[in-house]
Amino acid sequence: MSAQHQAPPREQFTGQVGFILSAIGSAVGLGNIWRFPGVAYENGGGAFLVPYLIALLTAGIPILFLDYALGHRFRGGAPQAFRRVKGWLETLGWFQVMICIVIAIYYAAVVAWAASFFVYSFGLDWGDDPEAFFFGEHLQLADVGGADPWLTFDFVGAVLIPLVLVWLVVIAVLAAGVVKGVQRANVIFIPLLLIAFGALVVRALFLDGAADGLNALFTPQWDALADPDVWIAAYGQVFFSLSVAFGIMITYSSYRKRRSNMTGPGLVVAFSNSGFEMLAGLGVFSALGFLALESGTTVDELGIAGVGLAFVTFPAIVSEMPAGALFGALFFGSLVMAGFTSLVSILQVVSAALQEKFALSRTTAVLWLGGVLGAVSVLGFSTTTGLILLDTVDYWVNNMGIVLSAILMCVLVVWVYRKAPELRYHLNAVSTAQIGAWWYACVGAIVPVMLVVMLVQTVMIRIDEPYGDYDETYLLYAGWGTVALLVVGALVFWAFRWRGPREYRAWPPYPPVEDPAVRKEASR
Amino acid sequence: MSTTAIIMMVVALVVVWGGLILAIVALRSRPERTEFPPGGEDDHREDQAVIEHDT
Repeated sequence: MSAQHQAPPREQFTGQVGFILSAIGSAVGLGNIWRFPGVAYENGGGAFLVPYLIALLTAGIPILFLDYALGHRFRGGAPQAFRRVKGWLETLGWFQVMICIVIAIYYAAVVAWAASFFVYSFGLDWGDDPEAFFFGEHLQLADVGGADPWLTFDFVGAVLIPLVLVWLVVIAVLAAGVVKGVQRANVIFIPLLLIAFGALVVRALFLDGAADGLNALFTPQWDALADPDVWIAAYGQVFFSLSVAFGIMITYSSYRKRRSNMTGPGLVVAFSNSGFEMLAGLGVFSALGFLALESGTTVDELGIAGVGLAFVTFPAIVSEMPAGALFGALFFGSLVMAGFTSLVSILQVVSAALQEKFALSRTTAVLWLGGVLGAVSVLGFSTTTGLILLDTVDYWVNNMGIVLSAILMCVLVVWVYRKAPELRYHLNAVSTAQIGAWWYACVGAIVPVMLVVMLVQTVMIRIDEPYGDYDETYLLYAGWGTVALLVVGALVFWAFRWRGPREYRAWPPYPPVEDPAVRKEASR
Repeated sequence: MSTTAIIMMVVALVVVWGGLILAIVALRSRPERTEFPPGGEDDHREDQAVIEHDT
């Protein structure tokens, strides 16, 4: 035997706080800031709270625990963890890794835009027309109305340089490892994010018109509760917001030591994520109320979600208010921090998978993924057609890729391979907060049923009408092609030989053994 | 703001932030279990394959 041929011991978070902050950093992302407030407003306002909380308790937290249990018990990134459930399920792990690869490629671009706008906000560079500034001057978006090109390689320097910088920083963080890179970045950025965003919300609450904005957000439309679409929106929001079912939480929990509490920290992470969403709701709608008052319109006529909210509506708010530059810097700084910590977690999934499958050192894996994905990201998203590609890929990978991944995970792990009792036993054996048999109903029935409904509905809508009025051939390649890429990529990675460790014994043994003495007796 | 909107806002914040505070307090009062099943010491033996001797 030779010691140097053995892989180094698995990396570990130094403790509970490091893990919790890293998991919050992953869960709290751009979606919390720019998706939740708009979804809540459009789906019943104050009444949305009811389906939202029910979705959090019956789907969000249970599927978060499923991820935790898989990662912690089978101690691996997604492919290795699923492989240890059942050999061929490694494919599902790679499907989740492919989702992370695709998301990372465009997510980095949004973080880079936010970083640019952080700088712009000091000089209010967008002037009087933020919309023209963002699409025209910053992105130099190609006019795709008529026969114009859908995909160009005309690079835009103002997008390209920040994007390259984002990739360099994220590569440095990943290369430094779980403790000195990922954990340290989160321990710094998450408290800073809370302070910066908290200051922004307090400022927003004291703007003229803030009460009107909050009134629009919180006035309940109770009849919305009878609308199935509102319930689907609530399950979708909770599901997308928690960063579950595409490998991140599996990977992070695999870096916890074996004897460590899982469900207690999980509850803190889930409620922190929702708590931050509430904070974002307050901040965003106060600011929207202010802009509506200043420009003499109503809140629903403003861009209230997504890219439009962040890069068009918010710059307009910043321009209108006194000492706007500081407010803008807080907002875009928060976007950068929230997005960056999520980007780190997404890429850690890829890094862990490559290290484990190909027995690579961390540095080699990170340089490979950073080089290849960074190059694709820069090529695809710093061009004049970057926004259209981003919008399309984002829609398909989230609404079809992640949803499909979660359905497969629940059906295969719970129903086909019947691992739910083992996973529940595992969580209860190491955790303080015990989970009951209700968890089976959630991950075995409620979650898959709601997600299948969502998936079928999305597919039917997309067959009926093209997304965002884009060209149908373009959508075939960029949208449906993305889903095909996820599947093909998963199969290709799976086809390579597994070079990492093969034998594995999960701890604690299941079915449980009561006492070491009893085990000794039994084995005689 | 209308009264119902204010009530809904307060309820939402109390439930979600209250849930967060409860989760933190519960975790602080009992951060880890005191007893575990035997084994599971983190010496990484379980991460490795069985060592093969070439004799």
